[in-house]
Amino acid sequence: MTLLARTFPDEIRAAIAKYPEGRQASAVLNLLYLAQAAYGRITAEAIGEVAVLLEMDPTQVRGVVGFYTLLKTEPHGKFVIHYCTDLPCMLRRAGALLPMLCAAVGAEPGETSGDGLFSVEKAMCLAACDRAPMMQINLEYEYDLTLEKIDAKVTELRALATSAPRPAAPFGFGPPSEIAGATGVGERAAPAQADMGERALLAQADIAEDATQAVADIGAPLPNRKSGKDAPNV
Amino acid sequence: MSERFVVLRNREIADLDRLDVYREHGGYAQFERSVRDLGPADVTGIVKAANLRGRGGAGFPTGLKWSFVPANDKPKYIVVNNDESEPGTFKDHEITLHNPHQFIEGALIAAYAIGAGAVYIYCRGEFWQEMSHLERCIEAARGAGLIGKNLFGSDFSCDVFVTPGAGAYICGEETALLNSLEGELGQPRLKPPFPAIEGLYASPTVVNNTETLANVPWILEHGADAYRAIGTEASPGTKVISVSGHVERPGNYEVPLGTPFAEVLALAGGVWRGRSLKALLPAGASAPVIPGDVAMTMNCDWESVAGLGSILGSASFIVMDETTDMVDVAARTTRFFEHESCGKCSPCREGTFWLNGIYGRIMRGEGRPGDVEVISDVVAQIDGTCFCPLGEFALSAPRSTILHFGDEYAAHIGTKNGGAPK
Repeated sequence: MTLLARTFPDEIRAAIAKYPEGRQASAVLNLLYLAQAAYGRITAEAIGEVAVLLEMDPTQVRGVVGFYTLLKTEPHGKFVIHYCTDLPCMLRRAGALLPMLCAAVGAEPGETSGDGLFSVEKAMCLAACDRAPMMQINLEYEYDLTLEKIDAKVTELRALATSAPRPAAPFGFGPPSEIAGATGVGERAAPAQADMGERALLAQADIAEDATQAVADIGAPLPNRKSGKDAPNV
Repeated sequence: MSERFVVLRNREIADLDRLDVYREHGGYAQFERSVRDLGPADVTGIVKAANLRGRGGAGFPTGLKWSFVPANDKPKYIVVNNDESEPGTFKDHEITLHNPHQFIEGALIAAYAIGAGAVYIYCRGEFWQEMSHLERCIEAARGAGLIGKNLFGSDFSCDVFVTPGAGAYICGEETALLNSLEGELGQPRLKPPFPAIEGLYASPTVVNNTETLANVPWILEHGADAYRAIGTEASPGTKVISVSGHVERPGNYEVPLGTPFAEVLALAGGVWRGRSLKALLPAGASAPVIPGDVAMTMNCDWESVAGLGSILGSASFIVMDETTDMVDVAARTTRFFEHESCGKCSPCREGTFWLNGIYGRIMRGEGRPGDVEVISDVVAQIDGTCFCPLGEFALSAPRSTILHFGDEYAAHIGTKNGGAPK
């Protein structure tokens, strides 16, 4: 029951040091993210270890875990996709793209794909409505989604999945961009259109008209107001 | 009228998130001046005189909030509310990524004003990358002697920490945020005592929104009068308005408070595809819907929007064109509040649950005659009985869509397929 302490000794110390002496319970969310990374999800052992480290009642830690959506007690895919289905995104046809995403990764909302790579969750507003439709993959933003972008991203992630993951918060793996060995994507990429069969089926479904409209609607990316770049400076 | 950048100075200055660039443009000079030349009461006085009002939604006067902090021996805290979660709001996201030092400086000035030794920046957990960015910025400022002990040779010491949430809208409510920060469930506390008296760890605490604090260095640099020259008498300064939905150019637009909505809409390129404006949600999911023709007469300040029966809140404008299904809008906002209800008080927990169930039924085409009356009845039972504003916010969309777009409910309930009225 010391996996967390063994994996992240420095991070734990740094997290507790942020708060006044005797207020170590304040570090509970910090430690639960680390526990999620160390254990893969929030298990009973993880809860027990966090409780011991912070001198908290395990029941209180369990309550905290149940309260927040980013703390996962169930097994999840290597890539957790939070796809925004809140009003501002839906007004920009996020609803029509969602089935495409699900087909591409092979998982419905609330499920994990059979290969264990992807979990898809419908998310509440993620504070990037100016670049809808959008999603987060392991809390890394993907903006201005189109069918093409989704295909390219999924292909990239399938390739990344074969490289050794670096243990990091929040879901046991860092954001895709921080996963070690993220080079040579091209060579190792799975076929981009591996799910053409599903896509063809999808095209015949009721959603088709709406989805076509969505692609037309989304069309060319809209001008981006965020000072012309995605990543901030260091 | 055009944009006026007090907060989003990153639009005019490239790489403003870098400490050297920020300092080249006057960054941290006002914090240094405060500590060296001004007393804490002077600083609070200037912010009070500027009539800076909270940008997180409530519009409460910031200087007044600071002045409530008692002079006692307890430790004091500044907590930055960077839990930006209101649907349609993405202003703090941009500030955090592209102009972070300005609100960090504002937080340090606030800390000096109330005598706080620590600043906690509470970020929603989804801001994972943003938190790493903030930590690098804080580290840079610490390295430059702007954060730490005995700042500028004075006896004032202050540290700054980033602290994560983990996915809960309610933690944007200041007392829920404080509970979350203490390692408790993020549920609101009974007020009074207010945080200024008993906040974090039962110590005097000021909780300010990110955008609010980003205004503070500007106010100190240019003075209260210059600030009050922008905006209206009751709502001075600028406001970053997040425009989303059916516009040509969604984005943040910083304009003087009191700017006509029509001009903000024009800045965002107008309603997309040449369509007409059906309705506006001026404060995300929390606001009562304003019909399009009324919205076109609205000015963007707290008083004007309130005069139209809605709220400016954090100014997240969700624009909806003529094709929008207003029952779907109410159903989605209801689903949001049902999901985000913290469960502490029964009217909100149970009420949003039942409202969501009824809306789900209507949207599946299984609406029943009398459903509108049942929704109105549940709304009436929640109204005024909740522990915190979330419960009240949940009523805005159902009530206002029934009021202004009641015929769409009738069309939904009258059809078997549940589709939008054609």
